[in-house]
Amino acid sequence: MEALIALIVGVLTACGVFLALRGQTFPVVLGLTFLSYAVNLFLFVMGRLAIGVPPVINAAAQGYTDPLPQALVLTAIVISFGMTAFVIVLALKARAELGNDHVDGLHSEEDAAR
Amino acid sequence: MTLFFAVLTPFAGAALVALASRLGRSHAARTAGAVTLAALLWLAPSAHLPFNGTLLIQQHDWMPALGLNLAFRLDGLALLFAGLILGIGLLIVLYARYYLSERDSMGRFYSYLMLFMGSMLGIVLSENLIQLLVFWELTSLSSFLLISYWQHREEARQGARMALAVTGLGGFALLGGFLLLGHIVGSYALSDVFAAGDLIRGHPLYVPTLLLILLGAFTKSAQFPFHFWLPHAMAAPTPVSAYLHSATMVKAGVFLLARLYPALSGTPEWFWLVSGAGLATLLLGAYAALFKHDLKGLLAYSTISHLGLITLLFGLSTPLAAVAGVFHIINHATFKASLFMAAGIIDHEAGTRDMRRLHGLWKFMPYTATLAMVAAAAMAGVPLLNGFLSKEMFFAEAAQISESLVGGWLLPALVTLAGALAVAYSIRFIHDVFFNGEPVDLPRMPHEPPRWMKVPVEILVVLCLVVGIAPSLTVAPLLAAAAADTLQAPLPEYRLALWHGFNQALAMSLIALTGGAAIYALRRPLFALHEHSLGRLDARAVYNALLGALFALSGWATRLVDTGSLQRQVFLFLAAALALGFTPWLDSDTPLAGSRTGLPLDPVSLLAGATLIIASLATVWLHRQRLVALITIGVVGLVVSLTFVKFSAPDLALTQLSVEVVTIVLLLLALYFLPQHAARERDPGRVWRDGAIALAAGSGTALLSWAVLTRPYDTIAGYFIDNSVPGGGGTNVVNVILVDFRGYDTLGEITVLALAGLGIYAMLENLRLDAPDRDAAGRAWNRDPYPVIMATLTQLLLPLALLVAVFILLRGHNQPGGGFIAGLVTAVALIVQYLAHGSAWMHERLSGATQPVIAAGLALATLTGLASWAFEHPFLTSTFGHLRWPLVGEFELASAMAFDLGVFLVVVGATLLILVNLGTLHDSRITRKAHL
Repeated sequence: MEALIALIVGVLTACGVFLALRGQTFPVVLGLTFLSYAVNLFLFVMGRLAIGVPPVINAAAQGYTDPLPQALVLTAIVISFGMTAFVIVLALKARAELGNDHVDGLHSEEDAAR
Repeated sequence: MTLFFAVLTPFAGAALVALASRLGRSHAARTAGAVTLAALLWLAPSAHLPFNGTLLIQQHDWMPALGLNLAFRLDGLALLFAGLILGIGLLIVLYARYYLSERDSMGRFYSYLMLFMGSMLGIVLSENLIQLLVFWELTSLSSFLLISYWQHREEARQGARMALAVTGLGGFALLGGFLLLGHIVGSYALSDVFAAGDLIRGHPLYVPTLLLILLGAFTKSAQFPFHFWLPHAMAAPTPVSAYLHSATMVKAGVFLLARLYPALSGTPEWFWLVSGAGLATLLLGAYAALFKHDLKGLLAYSTISHLGLITLLFGLSTPLAAVAGVFHIINHATFKASLFMAAGIIDHEAGTRDMRRLHGLWKFMPYTATLAMVAAAAMAGVPLLNGFLSKEMFFAEAAQISESLVGGWLLPALVTLAGALAVAYSIRFIHDVFFNGEPVDLPRMPHEPPRWMKVPVEILVVLCLVVGIAPSLTVAPLLAAAAADTLQAPLPEYRLALWHGFNQALAMSLIALTGGAAIYALRRPLFALHEHSLGRLDARAVYNALLGALFALSGWATRLVDTGSLQRQVFLFLAAALALGFTPWLDSDTPLAGSRTGLPLDPVSLLAGATLIIASLATVWLHRQRLVALITIGVVGLVVSLTFVKFSAPDLALTQLSVEVVTIVLLLLALYFLPQHAARERDPGRVWRDGAIALAAGSGTALLSWAVLTRPYDTIAGYFIDNSVPGGGGTNVVNVILVDFRGYDTLGEITVLALAGLGIYAMLENLRLDAPDRDAAGRAWNRDPYPVIMATLTQLLLPLALLVAVFILLRGHNQPGGGFIAGLVTAVALIVQYLAHGSAWMHERLSGATQPVIAAGLALATLTGLASWAFEHPFLTSTFGHLRWPLVGEFELASAMAFDLGVFLVVVGATLLILVNLGTLHDSRITRKAHL
């Protein structure tokens, strides 16, 4: 199971990095979303994998998994959403001001095509 | 607390004055006057203490863990300066009321003035060095605001910038000096520093400490070679020049010399550095003042010269010289402030400050002329006036010291020359302006100013006279108290009197007076000589060249790292990260996998994992078909949520699932304004390069995860699990961590979210985007956008969805759920309504005002934290109790729930703010105003 999770983190990172290196805004935003998945998952599994032991105190529970990475990741997910929203609106703003969707904010279509 | 309130009063007053100015012009001045009086009243009950030799120190905890306290000190020196700041401040407030014209904003002026007054008061009353520095920097900032008060004038903006750059640099050096001093002494309290004088002077770090502190003092007090900013600061309104740049702020530097005199003085380094800079400034200022044609320019250089004189006195390091230095601080403040005010009156009434045009004003304003003459005579050091007394003490000390120095005759000679120059420029000020022929082409017909504009000048001039004639009856007790606390030692024998008999000092005074008259008589050839020689030198040119070089350097450094291309930057960043990440593995022989036994792989997990990997790769493969890519990335998010479900993280799963929904809606909305399809990559090489980097990064993180996951670890989770119920009153440990143990973090995080929402709102304001009327396949959009079945169904579902949100919020403390998730669920429920009905329909039913929701949420969360102060607990301490409700049974109520409600409101508000504003962007039926 650990190998599968490690592989998933790797694939998500690779996809995120590749898309983040694209020249247009939309794939970059997708790339950042991938990277958020990867980072959140990575942080979460730092508490190691455990099945059926949620950190909710209960007399009948057999044990608890580490709640700390979960608390960290929970807010990180919400903040990632805020960041994604900010970046995508920034992309819209750039498109409105510059007329194209290149990440370098090029001033004309010819520049963008370079 | 009285000293603290005295300092606080002007700061609070600054806001009050700004408000009062809305009621009318004179209200601002009256309020400022009242604020100054109030600050004086706070000091009044303790004002007698320094005269009895009692030291008053008031301390309040500020950051006790760092050894920082809010500590205030009232001794003789502090009292003297506080008196100057508030007394002259009061006169300036009155004077400025008549000086400022109809076009100037009274509120802004007096507000800045009050800010400055508070900062200056803070410097002189500080017992703690770091606290002193904070106020020191505040005077630089408020001085910047006051110099640039006439923002439309270029010279005002430049002068302000120069003053800020020079004094800011000095403040930075001073911080270094204070830190070193604190390191040597082990405390930042002045009392400890005074007690450790020998330790400081003998410490190996003494010289760097001294240099840094002197750099701070010299830049503030415009000592050579940092003097050049002061004449340019004269672009400020004249009341500012009179107050900041002659009476108070520039005295902060010499105040610091006086304040640290017991700790730092008495070494050869101190003697040569301080008296050397003082002497150079004294001579240079006096010389330059003589040749200025601008009235305020003359006074500015004269101020520099007098500051040099005071610095020189402290540098001489004898107790008597220090007494003379303190005395001259008082005298200079009185006569120079009155001269500046007189210059302001002349400028105000005649319309120019050019001494080549101002002549013969005696006929038009004899009364002002008389006042100016008395003050100028004090500046020149004429007997019967206060300037004479301190100058005599100065000459006497210079003569005394010279006996023990090699080439000692030079010092009395040079200071006598400076005295003669001072006499010459004082004569010029009077003779050129009030006599010497007829005025040349004045813009206005000069006349006496309004009655109340003269009152401040009168008061100061009377003080010059009274102190000059009967020093022992007037200033003596204050001077004794201030000087004793400067020295932190018993006072030397001295006698304040007009007549000390025929001695060397009197001879030097006589030479200076006659020499000055002679210099003024020879002014025409001297002026011609000056124009062709030293007049061409300008320290500002050096400053500008330095500044230009600095800008060029930073421009070059920026271009070196910032190529202006995001792709390139990201590439460099990733390459560097990869290099750093892989390097440690090169020479490590630790096995990759650890000893921990893992979980067995089950077929369902394998299937889910495969789905995620395939969907991820499909997203990358299809990313140019943007709508399809959005669907596949949705699949990825879903499987990530399932992963959280599988591995015992129900809270995370719920959060991820609801975030997934809003993210996809958000991206769909954005996609409407972006091209549906992207062009193919033009450079195949780049695809390969990026692919290689992606593969390296992916393998790196995968290997790292594998290495960590196969190793056992220690956790601090035990504490949270043990204390969740007894300490936080909740069984859902993740939620208790969020709203209780780490509540401060969460407060910061919802603030970030709120800021992101507001930032997005600001970016969308006035944004005009062209949306295509056809989709990528050339089909027109459906004209019937809101399907009836969906609209009806979602309407029915809304109460249910909201009920679920409330349920999740309420149970969050004990079961999976909480403010974040409930907020997202609510947002999703409302967004669905928007999707089904359109924003116009929604705004008829719901105001759509989201900013108040965010504000209410942040306020609630902060207030929950603040409430614990009322019970004398640290910020955000939570409490809980159990209530027994009829029918419902036992019900737990925790203060953290109020906090969670705040989180909920911020999340709902920010999410809706983002999505609704984006959604209504293209909706021309709704004006943006409607949902503000």
